[in-house]
Amino acid sequence: MIPKRTLSMAWMLGLPLLAGMAQADVDTHARNISASCAACHGTNGNSVGGTPVLAGLDRAHFIKQMLDFKSGARPATVMHQHAKGYTDEEIEKMADFFAAQKRK
Amino acid sequence: MSFDRREFLKVTAAGVVIGAFPGIGWSASEIIPKKGPRVVVIGAGFGGATAAKYLRMWGQNIEVVLVERNPAFISCPMSNLVLGGSKTIKDLTTHYDALEKKYGVKLVQGEVTGVDPQKQIVTLGKGQLSYDRLIVAPGVDFMFEQIEGLNTQDVQEKIPHAWKAGPQTVNLRRQLEAMKDGGVFVVSIPKAPYRCPPGPYERACQVAFYFKHNKPKSKVLILDANPDIVSKKGLFTKAWAELYPGMVEYRPNAAVVKVDAAGKIARTEFEDIKADVLNVLPPMKAGKAAELAGVISVDNRWCAVDFLSYESRVHKNVHVIGDSVSAALPKSGHMASSQAKICAAAIVELLSGGQPDPNPVIANTCYSMVSDKEAMHVANVYKYNSEKQTMVAAEGGGVSDKASDIEGIYASDWARNIWADVLL
Repeated sequence: MIPKRTLSMAWMLGLPLLAGMAQADVDTHARNISASCAACHGTNGNSVGGTPVLAGLDRAHFIKQMLDFKSGARPATVMHQHAKGYTDEEIEKMADFFAAQKRK
Repeated sequence: MSFDRREFLKVTAAGVVIGAFPGIGWSASEIIPKKGPRVVVIGAGFGGATAAKYLRMWGQNIEVVLVERNPAFISCPMSNLVLGGSKTIKDLTTHYDALEKKYGVKLVQGEVTGVDPQKQIVTLGKGQLSYDRLIVAPGVDFMFEQIEGLNTQDVQEKIPHAWKAGPQTVNLRRQLEAMKDGGVFVVSIPKAPYRCPPGPYERACQVAFYFKHNKPKSKVLILDANPDIVSKKGLFTKAWAELYPGMVEYRPNAAVVKVDAAGKIARTEFEDIKADVLNVLPPMKAGKAAELAGVISVDNRWCAVDFLSYESRVHKNVHVIGDSVSAALPKSGHMASSQAKICAAAIVELLSGGQPDPNPVIANTCYSMVSDKEAMHVANVYKYNSEKQTMVAAEGGGVSDKASDIEGIYASDWARNIWADVLL
C-alpha cells in the first residue's frame, strides 16, 4: 500500500502544477512589468477616469507614444520620466500586454 | 508501537493527513480550515490589499486570507487635504467588500498576536491561520519611547502624529480649527527613513493653505531632524515662498527630543518651542507584525528581503512588502503596491514549482498637493540590479518643473486609479 504521506505529497505537487499551467499562455514578464502602470492607468490599463485607458490600446500607437515621451517629441509632465526608464524592447512587451487587455 | 492503524484512521476521519503539510495540525481553533495552497497576508493597506487581489487574479487556485484590524481602508496619501480643508475623511475611505466579492479574497478582521515561522501559523485573538506563504505588510509603527513624554495614549491624542489616516487626522484638523488666529502650528519630522518622505512638507503646505484662508496671522514651523528637506526641496521651498509668503519657517537639524503635552512644548537640542498645535512624527520602524514574525533584521527597525520575491532574508516562506522593507526606495503607498505585484507574481511561480521573474521592474509616482488645487510630483522607474541585489533607479526619473493645476488633476486621477487598483 502506498503510504498516505507519499500520496498527499503527490496531491500537493499536482494541484499547484495546474495553477502553473494556467499561466503558461500569458507572457508573465510582460504582465509583471506592465503592472506598475495600474496606479495611474487602472488595473490592466482600465483607467477609472482621467488618465488614458491603455486596455485594448492599439499596439503601434502605444509604442509611438512611449517612444515620443522618451525622446521628448511629445511633451509631458510625468510620462517622459517613466518612458525613459524602459528599453525599447520593454516598451514593445508592454504594448503587447495592453493591446491584449479587454476594455471594461 | 501502541498507536495502531485502526486508531489512526479514526483520528484522521476527515482524511486529513497530519504532518504532511506544514501548518495543518490538530488545532480546532483554525479560523478557516486549510484545504489547499494558501497565502496569508497581514495588513490590508496599499501593499497587502494589492498583494491579495493580484494573487487571486494571477493564481486563481491559491486561497488568499487577508488579515486586517481596521474595518475599512483609509488612504494616508491625500489625507493632508483633510487638514487643508478640501477633503473629508470619508473621501479617503474604501471598504473591503470588492476584494471578497469580486476576487474571492477571504477577509479576517483582527489583530495578529503571534507568528510561528517554523510551524507556519499566524495567531490572532480569535484563533489561528496556517499558511504556505505569508506576506507581512504592516506598514510602520512609531517609536514613541524615543521622545520623552510621548509614550502615553493620552499624550498621543493631545500631540497626534496623524501619520496613519483616520481618527488622528480628524483630531488634528479639529485642533487646527480650534486654534486662534495668530497661533503656531509646529510639525516635527524624524530622521529619515520614515514613511512618506515628502508627506510632512506637504502637510506644512496644507496647513498654511488653511491658515491663509482662515487665520492669516498664524504661522507654520517645521522642525526637521534631517539636515535638509528630504524630498522635492526646490518645489516645496518655492511653494512656501510663492503661495504662503512669510508664513512657513523651516528649521533643519532640529530633532524633537522631548514634549510637554499640557503646554504643547517641543524641546530640541537647543531650545524649547511653544506651539498652539503640536504635530510630532516619531521615529518609525516596521509594523508590529514584522516584529512578531521575527523578520526585522536591519537596525532593529526594517526587514531585509530578496528583491525578486520579497522573501525575508531571515525566515523562509515569509515575505515582506511596503514600508517595512529595508531599501533605498521611497516608503510610499505607490511603492508598496508596486512591490506587492512583484511579490504576488513570485509567489504564484514559487507555489507551482517555478522561479520568480529574474528582471522585475517597478515604478513610483508621488504627487504632493501644495494647495487645494495645485500639485507637483517625483517619478521613477526601478530595475533589479543583480550585482547589488537591490532595486536601482532607472534613467530619466525626476520631478516636476513646477507645481500646477493640471498636476493637481493628475494627482486626483492617480488617487482614484490607485484606490481602484488596490481595492476594487
